Amino acid sequence: MNLTLKVWRQRGPQDKGRMVTYRVEDVSPDMSFLEMLDVLNERLILEGDDPIAFDHDCREGICGMCGMVINGYAHGEQVATTTCQLHMRHFEDEAVITVEPWRAAPFPVVKDLVVDRSSFDRIIQAGGFISVPAGSAPDAHSVPVKKADADAAFDAATCIGCGACVAACPNGSASLFTAAKITHLSLLPQGQPERDSRARAMVEQMDAEGFGGCTNTGECTASCPKGIPLDTIAQMNRDYLRASK
Amino acid sequence: MAVTGAVLVLFLVGHMVGNLKAFLGADSFNEYATFLRTMGAPLLTYRVALTVVEVVLAVAIVLHMWAAITLARRAGRARPVKYAARRKSQANGYAVHTMRYGGVIVLLFVVYHLLDLTIGVVNPAGWGGTPYERLVASFAPERWWVTAFYVVGVVMVGLHLRHGLWSALQTLGLASGRSHRPLKAAAAAVSAVLVLGFLVVPVAVMIGVIK
Repeated sequence: MNLTLKVWRQRGPQDKGRMVTYRVEDVSPDMSFLEMLDVLNERLILEGDDPIAFDHDCREGICGMCGMVINGYAHGEQVATTTCQLHMRHFEDEAVITVEPWRAAPFPVVKDLVVDRSSFDRIIQAGGFISVPAGSAPDAHSVPVKKADADAAFDAATCIGCGACVAACPNGSASLFTAAKITHLSLLPQGQPERDSRARAMVEQMDAEGFGGCTNTGECTASCPKGIPLDTIAQMNRDYLRASK
Repeated sequence: MAVTGAVLVLFLVGHMVGNLKAFLGADSFNEYATFLRTMGAPLLTYRVALTVVEVVLAVAIVLHMWAAITLARRAGRARPVKYAARRKSQANGYAVHTMRYGGVIVLLFVVYHLLDLTIGVVNPAGWGGTPYERLVASFAPERWWVTAFYVVGVVMVGLHLRHGLWSALQTLGLASGRSHRPLKAAAAAVSAVLVLGFLVVPVAVMIGVIK
């Protein structure tokens, strides 16, 4: 396959940045999107150019490091897929592909396609934990958890914190991320003692970071590589209203 | 957004039911209009209850707009650099993306509607006529463009509610996993009923069923 890429290049946080067009030839349809960028980067290095910076780690869709907006879609148009698991067979030969970083004020661009997602870490630090002595694992079933609750908590816990929800949201809201973390803990017995303070602290931190407000557009869920359901946001709102009483 | 929206939706339901009295004739419609002004009598004097309702609605509208403007401004600040590539919406359909400009159209529609049928300054029957006379005069067949404007306004209200009703339940934490789909269907059904209930009266006047 031969492709034309329009990639966001930005030397550093202070640089204004611009779209740069690259031609990539002989791309295998079996390559992942990141491998295609690796091939381009090897050529750029040989030509003495600066390679395109992008985040990546596990390359098997579970770490949450990779992520770029491809043709306007967070992680590309393929549903429930991270950028590293997006394969070039989903693109047509001679396609023109636009590649941009996550766009949100709380995710400042570090370089090219790399953004600083420390704002997510600060939301977790505000309350996304349980303050219990971390001894050995308790016996199974010593604390019963309803199957439905266990499943819903697990669904929420699959959030990898990649930030695609923010990138896809027309309001730049981090509600799906924050809601997934709150829901994961508030459905389980271990999360109960700090349920109210957690909801309040995490929602307040999310707002303080400068994310937009949620208007329930559902774009977050649609672009989430883990398919975190929109119900988690209702759960977050429920917990927050409960805590505000 | 959710709470003020709920107040306005409750008003819309009552407003629609009241409108349908136009089908029972001029006396029934005018009598209902008089009832609105004498609600709570003799405890409350003329128009007291109605004025309270009007003030509550005005406050709800102002707070609803304030919340909408705040959300839009926060959204603007949260994404200072826009995406170069445009994309199709992947979720929740068309109605979601009409909320902001649709809200402005609904506001303009409400202003015209008040000038037309409440205050009567843009109505051929004017302030002096009975509510029924104003209704029949406004939607007269030769003034078909007024009816057309009402159709646009009311359909915009319908789209606004199509997303707004469900979104309000989600915001208040009342939607959950299993109730998700039924609630969305119910939001669509209520919106459709309100649109049809509101449009049937002006259309009936225009085609001469009500005269």
